[in-house]
Amino acid sequence: MKSKKKLMSAEKLSRRKFLKKAGVMGLGAAAMSTLPFPNVIRAAEPIKMGILHSLSGTMAISEVSLRDVVMMAVEEINSSGGVMKRPIKPVVVDPASDWDLFAEKAKQLLLKDKVDVTFGCWTSVSRKSVLPVYEKNNGLLFYPVQYEGEECSKNVFYTGATPNQQLIPAADYMMSEDGGGFKKFYLLGTDYVFPRTANKILRAFLLAKGVPASNIMEEYTPFHHQDYQTIVGKVKSFASGGDAAVLSTINGDSNVPFYKEFANQGLRSEDVPIMAFSVAEDELRGMDSKSLVGHLAAWNYYQSIDTPQNKKFVKNFKTYCKKMGLPGGASRVTDDPIEAAYLGVYIWKQAVEKAGTTKVDDVRKAAYGMGFEAPGGFKKIDEKNHHLHKPVLIGEILKNGQFEIVSQTKGLVKPEPWSKYTSPDKSCDWVNHQGTYKKTTT
Amino acid sequence: MQQAGVRAIPRGGSARAFISRVLILVFALGFGLAARGEAQTESFSPAIQAEIAQLGSKNRKKRRRAALGLAKRLEPKLLPLLLALREGSLYRWQPESGEARFVIGGDAVTRGDEEYVPLFSIHGKKPLTSPDGNPFFVIEGKLNKIRAGRRIRRAIKPYLNQLQSSAQLYSADPNVRRAAATRMARLGNKNLIPLLDKVLKSETHWLGRHALIEAKALIGLKSPSPEDRRSAAAVLGEVHGLNAVSQLKRLADKDADPAVRTASSAAIKEIEGYLNWTATIDTLFRGLSLGSILLLMALGLAIVFGLMGVINMAHGELMMLGAYATFIIQGVFISYMPQNYFGWYFILALPVAFLASALMGYLMEISIIRYLYGRPLETLLTTWGISLILRQAVRQVFGAQNVDVKSPEWLSGGYHLMVGVQFPFNRMFIIALAVFCVAGTYLFLFRTRAGLRIRAVTQNRGMSTCLGVPSRRVDAGTFAFGAGLAGMAGAALSQVGNVGPDLGQNYIVDSFMVVVTGGVGKILGTIVAGFGIGGMNKMLEPAMGAVFGKVVILVLVILFLQRRPEGLFAIRTRGA
Repeated sequence: MKSKKKLMSAEKLSRRKFLKKAGVMGLGAAAMSTLPFPNVIRAAEPIKMGILHSLSGTMAISEVSLRDVVMMAVEEINSSGGVMKRPIKPVVVDPASDWDLFAEKAKQLLLKDKVDVTFGCWTSVSRKSVLPVYEKNNGLLFYPVQYEGEECSKNVFYTGATPNQQLIPAADYMMSEDGGGFKKFYLLGTDYVFPRTANKILRAFLLAKGVPASNIMEEYTPFHHQDYQTIVGKVKSFASGGDAAVLSTINGDSNVPFYKEFANQGLRSEDVPIMAFSVAEDELRGMDSKSLVGHLAAWNYYQSIDTPQNKKFVKNFKTYCKKMGLPGGASRVTDDPIEAAYLGVYIWKQAVEKAGTTKVDDVRKAAYGMGFEAPGGFKKIDEKNHHLHKPVLIGEILKNGQFEIVSQTKGLVKPEPWSKYTSPDKSCDWVNHQGTYKKTTT
Repeated sequence: MQQAGVRAIPRGGSARAFISRVLILVFALGFGLAARGEAQTESFSPAIQAEIAQLGSKNRKKRRRAALGLAKRLEPKLLPLLLALREGSLYRWQPESGEARFVIGGDAVTRGDEEYVPLFSIHGKKPLTSPDGNPFFVIEGKLNKIRAGRRIRRAIKPYLNQLQSSAQLYSADPNVRRAAATRMARLGNKNLIPLLDKVLKSETHWLGRHALIEAKALIGLKSPSPEDRRSAAAVLGEVHGLNAVSQLKRLADKDADPAVRTASSAAIKEIEGYLNWTATIDTLFRGLSLGSILLLMALGLAIVFGLMGVINMAHGELMMLGAYATFIIQGVFISYMPQNYFGWYFILALPVAFLASALMGYLMEISIIRYLYGRPLETLLTTWGISLILRQAVRQVFGAQNVDVKSPEWLSGGYHLMVGVQFPFNRMFIIALAVFCVAGTYLFLFRTRAGLRIRAVTQNRGMSTCLGVPSRRVDAGTFAFGAGLAGMAGAALSQVGNVGPDLGQNYIVDSFMVVVTGGVGKILGTIVAGFGIGGMNKMLEPAMGAVFGKVVILVLVILFLQRRPEGLFAIRTRGA
């Protein structure tokens, strides 16, 4: 400070001289940092965090909320002292719902911005497109959405559900006496990798449970399909004998036309319920919920979870959105992926603090078996792979676009990245094996 | 202070108005005009009342016993209370004076930081009112929720289902009555037959009668007497009992009595014949409905692209604007109009959507498109740019999330033409709207002076300018009219699909496909192509599935355009 004053006061200081002096000073400062007080200067040095969610294009509808909640978590952490006393500096990029752009932006985050961790992606195809980038550069990605499994990357933590943490308990519930004892199932999905894999697993599970193949129907619609007249007609005749339910992996904007048509053709949730795997509170915000009331969904978290921690989380999120002037403001809602993105940030923080460094390999090892008190209750990372142990909750859609929890698994469900119904010989382990390995079954 | 919890909630209204009302109320309360809720005039028998009181017990076992005891009574009058218990909207409320009592809470309203719950009586679920006749609200925190855990809910569920179904047999809505009868049939309990008979005597609606007869026969199929089973099967065949097919199939295969087996097979044959017939009607209606949607979307484009030659890539976004205009009108109705007028918002939304999109189209024309006539490639790129701008602008203003456009009550549900055939109201409305738009466009183009000018300019610009037609103004007007039609289509689409920034993207390709197939420049071609593609799509879909059906349609369109590049109806010109 003192020397700067002197510099400024020096008369007739030429530009070249100034630069020279400044350069020397800069060198001095750099040299000093390695010498006597490294910690003092390090303390101010922020940890860089990449946020890779689409803010424009078709996926913005879902991903913007994840950006918002991760930013909120960053703000919370920064205002309470940061990670290892270092503040987090978020680097937000917009891959614009374009899969190639996802890989490009991921490369930029890792190589140019040199982020220590990234939170991002929603669709499986976007995750698949950034996967080689993270694996090649040994980066770290937290992926917050439920997915089809069959993946076991060293560089990704999956904070959403694996198929067995969503599909199987839901189908099990529908077959149980409590759920209505349904015997016929219409598997309906959008035509891409998640529904196809999900239905493969569901079908294997139902067959294993003794449902005859003639009682299972499977059908797919293209992305953005709007005209569900024929399909609902088919469901209607399929269900006319009674005891039929729909298991739906219909994605995104096809849901509104589907549920509307369903109600308008006279099918009622009491008689033919739809169990959905891709409809959460955030999507319900943009839907006329009248036609959805009484239908079901399966997730690991709902906004309606009645605990003080969750109420606080929901309130904080609403306040944050209002304060930042985000669209929706205080009427914003939380849902499963939002909670998964939020808890990802905190788990990463815990792991970094336990490892004492942001180095990917150390953080990864520190995270195994780590537990965290998330807004929706206690969750923990598996001891051997990068997925979470979670509870599974079945919710019934209410008039206000919220869920009433009608069933809940006892304790946490262990993740199975490779479903035991479709790939019984495979498993994922990063402690005793190198990722995916073949189980030696006897 | 206990009384602070009791307030009247204004609809909409500004915060200031609310505060002043609260102040007035608090003032009034100070003078002892406390709202106490209507005195309970009816009540349950003492035994029931004692059991209800047990629901408030701190002991979980006692609560469960009381809930189960109440449910087992199968007393219709207890239905509202039990439903509220299951939904978690049963409360114990301590009024400012008098005894604590059980009440049912309605949908909470948020004002400021507090949630206000309207109260209803447990006997008949009648709204409690304050002395001035306004609904009665209490802050949620002031109420004690009666908690019904999963075990309680599960225990009372079968009784509740039966109670609910029998209550629904008397519902005012024939559809509800019908669903309830079918559910009763599935219970398969022959003790229910007298009840069904009793309801059948008073049932006047053909649909309700049908469901009751079918339900009785369905129960009859399970009778131990072969003669009962045989006659039940015969009845089901006669009334086309669609819900009975799987049961009949089982009987036709496995029943011990040959007479029952033949009767069942005959009934199945009868029902399947009927199903073929209804499937045809369904397919026709679905094709008509999809065709009318395609037509509505393409009509505006047929004018802008067909008549003016502008490849308008922002056509979808003009539809999107129309849908958002509907959303805004809905918001205005919710905030400023009495609730019972809400259903009519959509009628107002249609012209508003037309005007909003027409205005945007007009601005587009006079600022940009005007300078690009005759340069199709540049127009294509420019309008694509405009569409991006409009989409992102909407995203900035309304957020990336879809918005919730509610269907008015009169567009929900459907009309039962015959057993198993139901035409949704929203789709019938869209068909009517498409007819209206086509007729309107036709009259406008061929029966008005403005239409005459439009046709003159599109056919021979130079000549009409010479004859004093202000061609620039005509161009702007034509473009605005086409844009307005897109807006109206957007408003209609809000009733069948999503409203979001990307709405237009879902429809733009289909719109162009219809216009090009129909033949550029011919409105008639657009009409024929719209219904043709829609109908064909719906005919192919049942057999091929939605994904493959769409592929086949596109292939057919390509093949067709290979043979006839000019589309269905070509304009004959002398030009090269």
